[in-house]
Amino acid sequence: MPDNRHRRAVVLTTGLVVVAAALAGAALLSLAVGARAIPFGTVLHALVSPDPNATVDLIVTESRIPRTIIGLLAGAAFGLAGAVIQGVTRNPLADPGILGVNAGAGLFIVIAISFFGITGLTGYVWFGFLGAAITSFVVYAIGSLGRGGATPVKLALAGAAVTAGLTSFTTAVLITDVDAYDQFRFWQVGALANRGTDIAVQGLPFLIVGALLALGSARALNALALGDDVATSFGQNVIVARLLAAGAVVLLCGAATAMAGPIVFIGLVIPHIARAITGPDHRWLLPYSMLLAPLLLLLADVLGRVIARPGEVQVGIVTAIIGAPIFIILARRERLAEL
Amino acid sequence: MNVIADIRRRELARGRRVTVVLAVAVVAVFALALSYGDFQISLPDVVRSLLGLSTPPGVEYVMHELRLPRASVSALAGLAFGLAGAIFQQLLRNPLASPDVIGVSQGATAAAVTTVLVFGVSGGGVAAAALGGAVVTALAIYLLSWRKGVGGYRLILVGIGVGTALTSITSFILTRSDVKIAAEALIWLTGSVNGRTWAQIVPLAVAEVILVPLALVLGRVLSGMQLGDDLAKAFGVRVEWSRFALLLTGVCLAGMATSAAGPIAFVAFMSGPIAVRLVGGGRPVLVQAALVGAVLVLASDFIGTHLLGARQFPVGVVTGVIGAPYLLWLLATANRSGRGG
Repeated sequence: MPDNRHRRAVVLTTGLVVVAAALAGAALLSLAVGARAIPFGTVLHALVSPDPNATVDLIVTESRIPRTIIGLLAGAAFGLAGAVIQGVTRNPLADPGILGVNAGAGLFIVIAISFFGITGLTGYVWFGFLGAAITSFVVYAIGSLGRGGATPVKLALAGAAVTAGLTSFTTAVLITDVDAYDQFRFWQVGALANRGTDIAVQGLPFLIVGALLALGSARALNALALGDDVATSFGQNVIVARLLAAGAVVLLCGAATAMAGPIVFIGLVIPHIARAITGPDHRWLLPYSMLLAPLLLLLADVLGRVIARPGEVQVGIVTAIIGAPIFIILARRERLAEL
Repeated sequence: MNVIADIRRRELARGRRVTVVLAVAVVAVFALALSYGDFQISLPDVVRSLLGLSTPPGVEYVMHELRLPRASVSALAGLAFGLAGAIFQQLLRNPLASPDVIGVSQGATAAAVTTVLVFGVSGGGVAAAALGGAVVTALAIYLLSWRKGVGGYRLILVGIGVGTALTSITSFILTRSDVKIAAEALIWLTGSVNGRTWAQIVPLAVAEVILVPLALVLGRVLSGMQLGDDLAKAFGVRVEWSRFALLLTGVCLAGMATSAAGPIAFVAFMSGPIAVRLVGGGRPVLVQAALVGAVLVLASDFIGTHLLGARQFPVGVVTGVIGAPYLLWLLATANRSGRGG
């Protein structure tokens, strides 16, 4: 069937180009739409030669460009990480939060706010990253104790259990400190607004390394999907493969959570949507997830700016409200590609 | 054949031993919760008071107005959450599929938060809203995942989708509310057994008298269903009907417990896996999971009330802190002897 396979590759590549084009369109939309609508011509002008004295240009360069960039980066990271973690744990319910990323980030951010009195977002995002990294490492270590290594069920249970423990600590602090809760409840929702470009720049190296690791482990994930024994017989070192993939998830989610807050739903849903298009082959699934996730995130962000004018609805909420029906329709499909 | 019969007998014996130990633990922690506090009551006095005999002055009030309601709601809610969690996890064959993961608890929470923060209702109305939220959400999930029968996998995915949407509604309402009210709502969202009255406890107790035996009887078909839908059908288990009846029982248990004590964090999720690892052998462990839930909530409330310094913490804060390390320890040690997974 080489002919069939060739045709499939052509179709999937075309699809990828279409998604990329849609993503570019969404990015432009994200620059143009908001509390104050700006014509596309003016947006392009502001992009090419911004006039520091024009308010419109300032809105584009100071507010809309950072949030669009962060939307693109965080979205891609969540989507990619979600696809990888579902592959590693062979659990369709696994999301990037399953390694304890969000719980760890949440606890460290609460500690930063409550005990160190740090209030600015730029101040505490890196606490979030640190918490995410440490927690994922601990979850992975516990999940891989003893023989058998990090099996899917052990990883999922260890991740959920650690999340439970850390969330309890977080709640304990929040219950005793109303001011900390006041800040935390807004971080917890997940948003793209009011972030500076500097956060994106600081996070970029982590995201690049994480993305390379993730995309590089596509073949290994395909082998792991067949079961550990089969993967081993294909010459795949199961432990190394899992470790590299988990490392990718930590880098991607840690940085993205630090930038935009815990928008978990994207990482859970997008791989399922992508799998419905591509089937189970991770070499296609990963790039599709990486492009579809920021598309959904940016569109949700734009929608959130429009529906509650002059205020905004945070992107995490919009993502869930519009993502859930799509997800349910997909889940109802007769031949939903299972893991 | 003898070997298999032997192993099976040993597994059953171990299951019974675990049940007895857990039941003793429930009674012990329950008694401790009744007797310990700023006002100490000796164990004989606890028993005398429970039997309605005469007791020293003050005991009657502390027992019947303060401690007994609190300990009862802890035990009952823990029992219900543990049982509901184990039903969902075993029926859907996924350890992450407890009612607090697949949307039922989120439905109760969203309904309760909406009634409190948007409509300004308090008291019994909140409990009713929570129960209604749980049942309506569960029915919605079931109907949405219906397609010539309900696939377990599809049900879980639909449940997660619905749950996420409901959670974001809760978050939205919380970010739009005054921070003091939102902070109070946080305590309810975490789960608390503080200041419960008999009016809240009696409905839960009545519901459990009906639902717990029902769940255990229906649970006998669980071991058939665990083989997978096709095999279960071949063995004559009426898959759809049994699944629906069991899930509904689980939903009602979780919903009643949530309406009495709030969605006490992680009890439903953790009790099942802990019980499975205590019993071993991969059999349905509904009774043991229910008892684990009761011990978890009773012990957590005791720790949150008495052992964390001057400040009292709601029970939902502590359940995660003591349950999670225990589950992790079980995971780690079970791995070493090859029983992991």
